[in-house]
Amino acid sequence: MAATTFEVPPLREYPVIPILQEDAMAKSRPYVASAPIQHALGFPGELVDGWHDKAIARMGELTAKYRSLKVYLDACVHCGACSDKCHYFLGTGDPKNMPVARQDLMRKVYRRHFTFAGKYFPALVGAEDLTREVLDDWYVYFNQCSECRRCSVFCPYGIDTAEITMAAREIMDSIGMGQKYSNEIIGKVHRIGNNLGLPGPALEDTLAGLEEDVKDDTGADVRFPLDDKGAEVLLVTPSADFFAEPHVDSLIGYAKVFHAAGIRWTMSSHASEAGNFGMFIGNYEQMRAIAMRVREAALELGAKRIVVGECGHAWRVAYSFWNTLIGPFDFLDSRYPVPQHICEVTHDLIQRGALAFDREANDHRVITFHDSCNVARASRMGRIPGGQFTIPRAIIRAVANHFHDMAPETIREQTFCCGGGGGLLTDELIDLRVKGALPRVEALKAVVDEHGVNFMATICAICKAQFSKVLPYYGFDMSMVGGVHQLVSTAIRLSPHG
Amino acid sequence: MSALTISFALLFYGATALLIGGLAYRILLYARTPAPLRIPTTPAPLGTPGVAWRMTREVVFFESLFKSNKWTWVFGWMFHLALLLVLLRHLRYFTEPVWAVVVLLQPLGLYAAFAMLAGLGGLWVRRFAVARVRYVSSPSDHLMLALLVLIAATGLAMKYVVHTDIVAVKAFMLGLVYVDWQPLPADPLLLAHLALVALLMAVFPVSKLLHAPGVFFSPTRNQVDDARERRHVAAWAAALEK
Repeated sequence: MAATTFEVPPLREYPVIPILQEDAMAKSRPYVASAPIQHALGFPGELVDGWHDKAIARMGELTAKYRSLKVYLDACVHCGACSDKCHYFLGTGDPKNMPVARQDLMRKVYRRHFTFAGKYFPALVGAEDLTREVLDDWYVYFNQCSECRRCSVFCPYGIDTAEITMAAREIMDSIGMGQKYSNEIIGKVHRIGNNLGLPGPALEDTLAGLEEDVKDDTGADVRFPLDDKGAEVLLVTPSADFFAEPHVDSLIGYAKVFHAAGIRWTMSSHASEAGNFGMFIGNYEQMRAIAMRVREAALELGAKRIVVGECGHAWRVAYSFWNTLIGPFDFLDSRYPVPQHICEVTHDLIQRGALAFDREANDHRVITFHDSCNVARASRMGRIPGGQFTIPRAIIRAVANHFHDMAPETIREQTFCCGGGGGLLTDELIDLRVKGALPRVEALKAVVDEHGVNFMATICAICKAQFSKVLPYYGFDMSMVGGVHQLVSTAIRLSPHG
Repeated sequence: MSALTISFALLFYGATALLIGGLAYRILLYARTPAPLRIPTTPAPLGTPGVAWRMTREVVFFESLFKSNKWTWVFGWMFHLALLLVLLRHLRYFTEPVWAVVVLLQPLGLYAAFAMLAGLGGLWVRRFAVARVRYVSSPSDHLMLALLVLIAATGLAMKYVVHTDIVAVKAFMLGLVYVDWQPLPADPLLLAHLALVALLMAVFPVSKLLHAPGVFFSPTRNQVDDARERRHVAAWAAALEK
């Protein structure tokens, strides 16, 4: 770990709302995207001439295209209900990380240009021009929102800061002020096929290696097929699953489930990525283009079902947006939901008695479950609302003996973001990421102390990467975090040649 | 017909036109703006009846605010409920004969005025006492509270301190409704009360009071969780498919 240049907040037994510390995070800003990165996505390479007028014009277009943005910019009454709900505010005390204040960075400009009161009585309603300083504030603080939607749960009007952050990033991209991390990754998806830039042949090697590892471990011929035409299931998973720790253990888990259930499945080198960073930058066209690879892959491979691996925002895009963006899916088997989450697949198989487990294999683990924000508040699993909470927990209980939930106000739809979502999982934001993880880590510490929890399961590639990185700052071992299918993998019974 | 009566008659016609016209314009704008993606805050209802119930809980009980902050909920809910009762009570000045339900609510409406003031007071104290709320408060947030407090205070003063000729006021209001203008008593409290109400009506469609229609158009609350079953392609997004 590199020398820490910031203060890691202490973990408290009884968290309190922080005292405001103005500009505490004013210096935290991600690298700006270079011209080549921007150009690859069709965005200007640097801040354009006349950026002010172009930004205002873009804002006008977006408020005409998105009802959410229009209504949310109008409806806020500054009641403060959201003000203590954002993990970044709770971890940093910076008032501009209160959701209402973050929204107001855009709202004050919206009011100045698009409302009667703001045009004629700007001081009265806090309307302001989009100066260079305000634009810099946008860049800093709209890159301190992980689009986790916790604020929207508590807002009396359901105002979702994520919608405003996405619009702000879209406006900034359109005037040449893109964020390097997200935009570089989107470029990689288009160029190579996945966020990590893993080319097809390397992927093939990696998967062959996994087959050998699992054979050595279990003696079973569990396959990891790539581009297998005629397979029933196309699995689309975050590319971190191919080699990052602990992600890969969940990929092994998916493979074992398919193996044990006798389902012929495949991954695709064309769509070797479930993640869709187009959502993070609020760009519909990018989101659609990235998603379209999955439709193309399913058609090309003749798959009958599409299953998505453990990934939070990817599941949001898949569950909530795919049908609209790249549907209709009339070429797939209509007996299954499209898309289907890997947890839905595993849960269904467990319900049908198609899988057998040695739960004792997980007895060295005392497990808790971290609800990933985008799964919790922007998607569903199964047939009833809240299935996204009950299904992963039911799987854990089916494969392990020791499970304890964290405090109720920190799980399910009130869950805290890991602190690294929404395009912020980049090293230059480590200060923000560590502090943003504080509310989750405090809740984790409570169950560690009370129940001896030593494993936090989650179903998101970003959560896994983020916690692996930040847990050590708080004195926890990075191997405490892992996937739900990592637990499945440990306990599942395999027939040697199934 | 005095100049005063004519000015207030015109003032109320103007304020009503701004209120109705402004709100209608805003509602039409919200309704016409596409919602290109499904974004209900989940868990969300799977059908329209469920959404209707979710919206009802939100609008009638302020469910999300209750989850968020009990103090803001207590004061906010008290104010809004009291305002509703007070408005219903005021229907007696616009109807002849007075509707039975308004007669029934009459005694409640009187207590409600005090509850309304208490709610507003609590909300206003929060704007000063809670640093987070103080940070996000703009002058208009305070002025809006001041406006509502003054309206309630002048109303209560007429009821309990300096009475006005309420029969004449009712005649004036009915005269406005039936375009048969009647003289308005020239009591300062009454004129202040009416002028402030007219101001509130006029600023409604251009202020944060837009939260009232806005909540009904909030996609995170009013959308059905049916993204896997139905496509929701906006007109501008459909153009991309060509």
